[in-house]
Amino acid sequence: MDFTPEKQSPILEVSLLNKNFGGMRTIIDLSFELAPKECLGIIGPNGAGKTTLFNLLSGIIRPSSGKILWFHQEIQKKSSSEIVHLGIARTFQNIRLFKQLSVLENIRIAYDIHLTYTPLQALLRTALTREEEKKSAQAAMELLDVFSITSLAHQPAGSLSYGDQRRLEIARALALHPRLLLLDEPAAGMNESEMYQLVELLQWIQKKFHVSMLLIEHHMAFINGLCDRTLVLDFGTLIAQGTLEEIRHDRRVIEAYLGEAVT
Amino acid sequence: MIRLLDEFRCHFAMLRKHTIGLTRIFHTDHLRRSGSQMDTALISKSSSGSMDSYSRRQTSSLALPHQPSRPPRHDQYEISGLTSFYLVVLGGCSSFVIPELCSNYITCILITLAINAILCVSLNLINGYMGEFSVGHAAFMAIGAYGSAIITVKILPLIPFSLSSFLTFPLMVVAGGLLAALVGIPLALLSFKTRGDYLAIITLAFLMIVKSALENISYVGGPRGFLGIPPLTTLPWVYFWAVVTFWIMRHFIHSKWGRSIIAIREDEIAAEAMGVSTRSAKMMTFVISSFFAGIAGGLFAHQIQFINPSSFDILRSTNILVMVYLGGVASLSGSLVGAGVFTILYQILQPLGVWRMVTMPLLLVLLMIFRPRGIMGYQEWSCFKLKE
Ligand SMILES: Nc1ncnc2c1ncn2[C@@H]1O[C@H](COP(=O)(O)OP(=O)(O)OP(=O)(O)O)[C@@H](O)[C@H]1O
Ligand SMILES: [Mg+2]
Repeated sequence: MDFTPEKQSPILEVSLLNKNFGGMRTIIDLSFELAPKECLGIIGPNGAGKTTLFNLLSGIIRPSSGKILWFHQEIQKKSSSEIVHLGIARTFQNIRLFKQLSVLENIRIAYDIHLTYTPLQALLRTALTREEEKKSAQAAMELLDVFSITSLAHQPAGSLSYGDQRRLEIARALALHPRLLLLDEPAAGMNESEMYQLVELLQWIQKKFHVSMLLIEHHMAFINGLCDRTLVLDFGTLIAQGTLEEIRHDRRVIEAYLGEAVT
Repeated sequence: MIRLLDEFRCHFAMLRKHTIGLTRIFHTDHLRRSGSQMDTALISKSSSGSMDSYSRRQTSSLALPHQPSRPPRHDQYEISGLTSFYLVVLGGCSSFVIPELCSNYITCILITLAINAILCVSLNLINGYMGEFSVGHAAFMAIGAYGSAIITVKILPLIPFSLSSFLTFPLMVVAGGLLAALVGIPLALLSFKTRGDYLAIITLAFLMIVKSALENISYVGGPRGFLGIPPLTTLPWVYFWAVVTFWIMRHFIHSKWGRSIIAIREDEIAAEAMGVSTRSAKMMTFVISSFFAGIAGGLFAHQIQFINPSSFDILRSTNILVMVYLGGVASLSGSLVGAGVFTILYQILQPLGVWRMVTMPLLLVLLMIFRPRGIMGYQEWSCFKLKE
């Protein structure tokens, strides 16, 4: 937010990224760029390597070769938590909330990234510690309020409805104050109306928090509502990119999806 | 824009009414079950085997079998902050009075209880809050005990002027604790690489190494043991240390590092994705835990006045484990309850002689079957909580 790059310079540059699992090439020579405040959609058939791409970007796994530049800084060798500190947050396709902990605790764990007290100050619980803890609890409650799940604050996260869990995971990622949000099928398992609410919420988040997004989704309507540009992955390669309208008429994209439907 | 937001809220609120109603109905036990069903549903859904489900499967297979089911938290036990302060002061006063009024035997049991409580809460940090399984806790106790005993018996007499033990005793105990914390560091480093069962085996090996090292150092008496430690541990002192321990532990688990290790227990990958530096959290946990085990060791040495390596064997570790799982995992109140019940039961069962050795494990078996999370597992008396 305080960091304002020149207008056109991309915040994220991925160049010739490769990932092999044993002999299997899951991501092959993938290159793309992301402009500030852009929302980039990522689609592709099952097993195309979309989630693997997210795992690479968020540092959960290391690429076999290639570079990931974040504000012109190489991050492909950094650990997951270091990358979060640099401002890239994510959600998981298989919701990974701390299920036994309360909704509020889930948010607070994410918000802890902003707390500055030292271990000694924590053990003695000095005034600074108390003040920061108080602020963090308040900020967490405010965030819950934005997502209108305040009434569930003390419920265990695992007991929430599916849609609420997905929203909580997004809220938790936002508590990290990221500049880039990686959303892995945020609408999976939601019904139509929940999905549209989520689109509107994400649009609002994009405006309010000035956050860029990478969005994996199977629902075209969802991508349509949020992203200007979309990448299509198939077997780890980028087969098309552009607006949804352009992609829809791309021969290779049609083949990839129809091919998948036949087998 | 704001109006739009308000509209959302209305929508969500309506949706929520139904879901809350449902969750209220399926309160306690169903929660866990429905949660795990959702897990498996998720795994089978992404049948392409994405990284997420991969690592999820891995961590869940590593997850320890003792991970118990847990109902949502209740605040059944309400004690205000001021009341608990008075209780602490009252306890402090009685720790001076009791040795005068009651028999030596009672005082001795109370001292043991306090030492056990320190041991129990420090192990609970690793086993309960962080969700690892350490069986090497007796090793840290041993290092604290030997460390402080060496200072009292061998080093202090070298100082030409004499100091009152009122000043030196806490320093010696702290020195023992620091020594134990130092030895805790390599174990923390190992915990970066391994988890679960494997880490448990490493802690076991670690305990054996420490014990056999002590047996082979003639400076500390080898297997015969270390004699002539002055009886400096009094009831007020152990009470003081127990209060300090619980006070600091409470602050720790209510700090960002405390939440970090709880997050690590729940889901290490998600914790990392929330910016938790798992390494520093684990390091702090092991150092603090071993520090207080060392403190307990120092107090123990100056209570018993005689320590030998076999007083810090696997049986000692097992006893601490029993206290933790009896009292309740991830709970300070539980640690206190566990240490209390264990210490008193241990005395009551004394007449059984050898059979006592059978009752304790049997108790553990029954506990694991009927109440796997212990008496106070995942719950807390309000005096052990911190208000925001
Ligand atoms: N850790 C791993 N080890 C081995 N193979 C993996 C691993 N993670 C992913 N894969 C493989 O990589 C391929 C791409 O998986 P990925 O999860 O990225 O697909 P996806 O595009 O996200 O699919 P979906 O739409 O089903 O989520 C799959 O064939 C998968 O089996
Ligand atoms: Mg995926």
